[in-house]
Parts: sequence; C-alpha cells; structure tokens
Amino acid sequence: MAAHAIFFYFFSIVAVISAIMVTVSKNTVHSVFFLILDFISISCLFIMIGAEFLGMIMLIVYVGAVAVLFLFVVMMLNVAQQQNQWFNSKENSGHIPIGLIISTIIFFELIIVVGGWKYKPELSKQNNTQLSNEISNTHSLGQVLYTDYIHVFQISGMILLVAMIGAIVLTFRQRAGVKTQSYINQISRERSEGIEVLEVPSNIGVKIDD
Amino acid sequence: MGYINLVFEEVYKILFLLVPVLVSVAMIVWLDRRVWAFVQKRQGPNVVGPFGLLQSLADALKYIFKEIIIPASSNKIIFVLAPIITMTLALIAWAVIPFGEDQVLANINVGILYIFAVSSLGVYGIVMGGWASNSKYPFLGSIRSAAQMVSYEVSIGIIIINVLLCVGSLNLSDIVLAQQNIWFIIPLFPMFVIFFISSLAETNRPPFDLPEAEAELVAGYQTEYSGMMYAMFWLGEYANILLMCALGSILFLGGWLSPVDLYPFNLIPGAVWLILKILLLFFLFALVKAVVPRYRYDQLMRLGWKIFLPLSLTYVVLTASYLFYFNLLPTI
Repeated sequence: MAAHAIFFYFFSIVAVISAIMVTVSKNTVHSVFFLILDFISISCLFIMIGAEFLGMIMLIVYVGAVAVLFLFVVMMLNVAQQQNQWFNSKENSGHIPIGLIISTIIFFELIIVVGGWKYKPELSKQNNTQLSNEISNTHSLGQVLYTDYIHVFQISGMILLVAMIGAIVLTFRQRAGVKTQSYINQISRERSEGIEVLEVPSNIGVKIDD
Repeated sequence: MGYINLVFEEVYKILFLLVPVLVSVAMIVWLDRRVWAFVQKRQGPNVVGPFGLLQSLADALKYIFKEIIIPASSNKIIFVLAPIITMTLALIAWAVIPFGEDQVLANINVGILYIFAVSSLGVYGIVMGGWASNSKYPFLGSIRSAAQMVSYEVSIGIIIINVLLCVGSLNLSDIVLAQQNIWFIIPLFPMFVIFFISSLAETNRPPFDLPEAEAELVAGYQTEYSGMMYAMFWLGEYANILLMCALGSILFLGGWLSPVDLYPFNLIPGAVWLILKILLLFFLFALVKAVVPRYRYDQLMRLGWKIFLPLSLTYVVLTASYLFYFNLLPTI
C-alpha cells in the first residue's frame, strides 16, 4: 500500500507542476512538452485507479495525436522566439477579457462540481449500471457504451464530425492554375494519343506547333 | 525483506528480456545490411568475426569512442533527451510481448493498446530531436516524420480493430490463443498486407524513409547527432522495427504457436517459433528496402489516407457483418 501511495503522490505532483509550467514557461514549445508530460501523468493516475482502458486511450488520443498537432502548429508559427511580452507591451491585448470570462466560468463550474460532491454525496452514487469484478473494465465499458448510452455516444460522434467538416470548410480554398497529377489520366493514356508518326521530308524537316 | 526480493526478481526478469533484445538488435542490423548487399550482388559486412557477425559490435565500439557534439545554438536539454526517449520507448514496449503461454513480463489486460500507445509516443523522440537541433534539415525531417507516423497509425489502429473483433480481448496472450484453429493471416490476408506496409511507414523504413531521405535532407532528424547519441537513435529505430515484426507475428502469424500441431513440432518451445516468425517478417522488411524505390511525399500521404484508411474501414464492416451473420462473435 505504501508503494501505491508513493506512486500516487509522485504522479500527482508531476501533473500539478507540469500544469503550472504549461502556463508559466516562456517558450511555447516547452509549454507543449509540459502539456504532454501532464497528459502522461494523468493517464498514469487513471491506470492506478484501475481504469486501464481510459488511461491507454488517453495516451493514444491526446498524447499520440492531439498533442502532435499542437506541437506542429506551435513549431510552424515560430512563436518559440517570442518572449513573454504579454503584460509588458503597451498595446492592449483584446484576448485578456475573453480569457478572464472563460476562466471565471470554469472556476464556478469546478466549485459546483466539487461542492456537489462534498455536500450531496448521494448525487454521484446514482448509477444504475451493474459492475461486476468478473470481467475487465474494457468489457464492461463496451457493454454499457453501445446499449444504454448509444444515443449519447452517437451524438458526441456527430458533434465531432460537424467540427471536423467545419474546420475543413474554413481552411479549404481552391486556387486557380495549380497543376495536379491525375492518376486516372496517366494510366488511361493510349499509344495513339502520345505518339504520332510523321513522314519527314529530307532537308526540310517538320514544324510541330504546340 | 520480501519487498526487496520482489524488486530483485523483477529486475532479473527485465534484464533477461532486455539483454537478448539488445543483442538481437545488433545482429539484426548485420542481417539487414547482409540481405541488402546480396540483393545488389555485393558481399556486405563480412570481415569482423565469422561471416562478419561481429560488425555491429565493432560499429558500437566506434560510436562509443566518438565525441558527442552538441550544437551551440541547440536547445540542449531537449537535444539530449530526444535519443533517450526514442531508445526507452522502443525498449519498454517489449514488456508485454508474450514468448509462450505465461512467458511474459507483464500480462496486462490492455496489452495491444499499450503497444499502440508506446509506438505512438515514439514520434516525440524524432520531433524533439529535429526541433532541438535548431537547424533546417533536421526540422524538415522531423515534421515529415510526425505527419507520416500519425497518418499511418490510423490505419494500423483500424487493422488492430479487425483482429480484436475476432478475438474479443485486448490481451496479447488471448490474441495468440484465439489463433489455435486458424491463423488470422488466412481470413484477414488483405489486412496483413496493409499492416506490413503501414509498419514500414511507421518505422520510417524504405520505401517510406522520407524523414531521413539522404538525397534531400542529409540525414533528417539525425543530422546534428554524433557518437553515442546517434547510436541510441539507431538502436531505438531497429528495436522498433523488431517490435513491429513481433506485433505482426502475434496478430497474424499465431505468435508462439507452432504451424502444425503434430508430434515433433510440439516439442520445440514457443519462443523459438516466435523468433522464427519475427525473423521471417524482418527478412521481408530487408528485402523491401533493397527492391523498392523511395515514395514521393504526396504519394505517401495519398496511400495512407485515401487508400489504406477506406480499405481497412471497409474490412472492419465486412469482418463484423460476417461474424455477426454466422454467429461467430467471441463471447467474454
């Protein structure tokens, strides 16, 4: 049990410190690396409470895919050299009020969640699913996800699909005059289209206009 | 005291797995160069030791005695961390590979997801190395590699779903035991081909070795590395290749099971069969390197997203409908 506690506190401390470092660190690429460290330690905490499927999916989806795209964008924008001039600069940034509003909302949501859990503990105990220790949690997740919660599951899939289509529509632009390779045209070329046999008179030659 | 003994026992087990893996990585590099040479009617490394078997050892000694050069304008911590991460991730994935019934270091419930997660983390070693070098060629190489590995992971994930539909468990030992009647290469042969090609792309092997295409990018993300740090990248890369071969033989070629369940073949231990299957797959990897020219980058992306992804998704639907219609779905 002592080892369990040691590992729990280790991963929690790493998670909290790296979460703080995400916001504090001056180099944006370092922020993304700390974010990845945060994701990894959170997924270790998931594994420690016995939710190994969630922990692994967290690693695969967030660390393996989402954070790579973050890193991609941050590296491409070349904001790495940008120093921490956020509060030092004279010109007023328009982003600060929006950030304040969002963080206030999240703060009150956290208060509601933690307060509800603290003062009305019977609320969080209302689950009508039978959990048995016979089967692994991957199996039990599969049993409820596609039966009882199929509508929620489908709706969240639709939301993700709409977001994806929206992002594609926003960034898609058709440029004129771009040469693209067409595999169909290349394969379906016939000999008659590509080669022409000419009678070349001597000392005169031929003139090919194209 | 009991706790200390337990720790020592685990360390002993880990060493018993890691040392053979590292030695076989060195041998596999020799095999790779040798096969490549024979296809091109050359001799390959044949001087150091019998048949040149000790060539990798000599190479490793050379790397150890070379100076480690860290570029002045690089981001030093991340620059040093990158090869360590690549090497560590390539080795920790071996913890869940079963070499026989109950011959596995960690028999966890979600073994296949663990391997998938660790191999998707592998991209960070390359991205960090390329970015921290603070130089154009490594950066371009690491960006190529990140895009390539993320794209081909999608199709590998969907191929794994195909296998999981037939097994009903994420445990690697269960996946092997489910193939006692028929290896999955027979019903899922198209998926095996796609898995093989995707694992070539996932491990940055030719014909998909664009991150280190020497004609365009010098050596890609490894350009600024030297000495032991370069050797660690190189060991990690080959350990990853071996891991993908092991994963392919567990998913499709029946892992430690013998091809025929008859008397003389039963006596051979399962680990030998697994190693033979890994070697067969690696031989194919080495042959592909020798006979196929390099892909262009847009063709690589097209192959991943427009051909492999729809094909493997269609096969998931096919497999699921077949299993459902003939009542073959696995029970828990």
